[in-house]
Amino acid sequence: MLRKPSHYMESQEQKPDPRSDFPILRREVKGKPLVYLDNAATTQKPQVVIDRVSDFLANENANIHRGVHYLSMEATDAYDRARAKAAGFLNAATDREIVFTRGTTEAINLVARSFGAPRISSGDEILISAMEHHANIVPWQMIAKECGAQLVVAPVTDAGEIDLEAYGKLLGTRTKIVALSHVSNVLGTINPAQQMVAMAKEHGIPVLLDGAQAVPHIRVDVRELNCDFYTFSSHKLFGPDGVGILYGREELLAAMPPYQGGGDMIEQVSFENTTFRAPPERFEAGTPNISGAIGLGAAIDYMDKIGREAMHAREAQLLAHATGKLGEIPGLTIRGTAPEKVAVISFTLESAHPHDIGTILDSAGIAIRAGHHCAQPLMQRLGVPATARASFAFYNTTKEIDRLADTLLEVNRMFDA
Amino acid sequence: MDELDDLYQDIILSHNKRPRNSGHLDPCSHKADGFNPLCGDKLTVFLRKPGESIEEVTCQTEGCAISRASGSIMTTMVKGKTEKEVEEIITGIKELLSGEEEPEVDLAKQGDLASLVGVRKFPARVKCATLAWHALESALHGDATTTTE
Repeated sequence: MLRKPSHYMESQEQKPDPRSDFPILRREVKGKPLVYLDNAATTQKPQVVIDRVSDFLANENANIHRGVHYLSMEATDAYDRARAKAAGFLNAATDREIVFTRGTTEAINLVARSFGAPRISSGDEILISAMEHHANIVPWQMIAKECGAQLVVAPVTDAGEIDLEAYGKLLGTRTKIVALSHVSNVLGTINPAQQMVAMAKEHGIPVLLDGAQAVPHIRVDVRELNCDFYTFSSHKLFGPDGVGILYGREELLAAMPPYQGGGDMIEQVSFENTTFRAPPERFEAGTPNISGAIGLGAAIDYMDKIGREAMHAREAQLLAHATGKLGEIPGLTIRGTAPEKVAVISFTLESAHPHDIGTILDSAGIAIRAGHHCAQPLMQRLGVPATARASFAFYNTTKEIDRLADTLLEVNRMFDA
Repeated sequence: MDELDDLYQDIILSHNKRPRNSGHLDPCSHKADGFNPLCGDKLTVFLRKPGESIEEVTCQTEGCAISRASGSIMTTMVKGKTEKEVEEIITGIKELLSGEEEPEVDLAKQGDLASLVGVRKFPARVKCATLAWHALESALHGDATTTTE
């Protein structure tokens, strides 16, 4: 059968259609075309990323940094190139500022443990915000408990923005580190990170920015932000899961003790003593996720090919369309209405609990997330037990958003609203 | 949407809208919280059981339609029952919701409980339906909390 390329369908909106790059978007769920609106949980993978990982495993696989043989050297080169791509992606000053981790969570734990713990003592404070997800709460809470320090929380306004005035007042001589989401995974709010870093710097306080939800949606330049640490996960950026990035300012990384011990992070080992390598290898104990890192490199290349500006413009269009459509649904409240937002919409319905919304949408082939989004304290702040969240990527369409809206009307009918 | 209609039967929607025996029971002799860490559903089962039988029971639920309805149905079924009778009902409900064999549904015998059977086709939601029953078990055994994990 001769099929028209799918971009004919939406040639008015965008061309060429990047949907055809993502094989999973062709599948059906429950007999209906998949509508994937759970991109803040994880994004789908383009064929070029799948092929790159598969090709590495099929034709190039070897361990890195340890063989004199050809394959090992080739694998080491590919791994190092992926590091350079990540450095370029964040505009880091050098590749040595890029540490491969298992993901955002491990990157934050690494900083909490190797940078935070040694410099935090009894009576000190760690400043986070009320919109953090658990990955940027729990590691700091663990360190605070161990060191006898206080976890201090900058409040969030009703619109879902960090209260900057209150934040400014919480910065002080006892604050040893500030750890903030660049973009909220629940509210979609883009925090004024550059300004917040500058405010912390006035007090000489180092800042970690959790960029897990920022990198897929906005341009990130760590030197412009002037942050000390920046973290993100590959799987939210069209890359494989199980790999992530910690950016750390070179001089800070150099002064930090290792996070884990093992192979690859050492210079010399005897039973009496071990000397450690310089960053970034010091923080990469054991065989890393080599294929994952290379896959992340391919994802970054893919984004460059599509054009990040074009992706962001497309997302802005989707966000506007979705905000309008969802706003028309009776009993629907959008949680998070900051003027600076990425394409993430959390909402609640008067008629039905988010879980029931999730199940009914799923039956229509629509994947969203329902629950607390690993941000239970933020749910408390919003005064809801859970929300439903639709999160978009550049490959989503306005037609998919219309299907979401139609099915939400169906939920209202079913629950008799 | 057939499966969906099985899940959200009118009986379920009615219990969701107007949960029976909802709220706190004061004084109570037994009490346990149920919590599903995966989704954040929370409920508390309160019992007044001066002797062998449950004299009063309430269930306070903050959660989805399935967990609310299940908690409501639970209260209507166990009120006035002895601990032994309740244990039998709990065994029955576990079989009904997550047993390997497709259960025989007898509306006359099982009443509103039978309406929960639709959850079998939604594995992600079985825990919503069992939460109140786990909390009831915990309350009877004197445990303070139960989680679905």
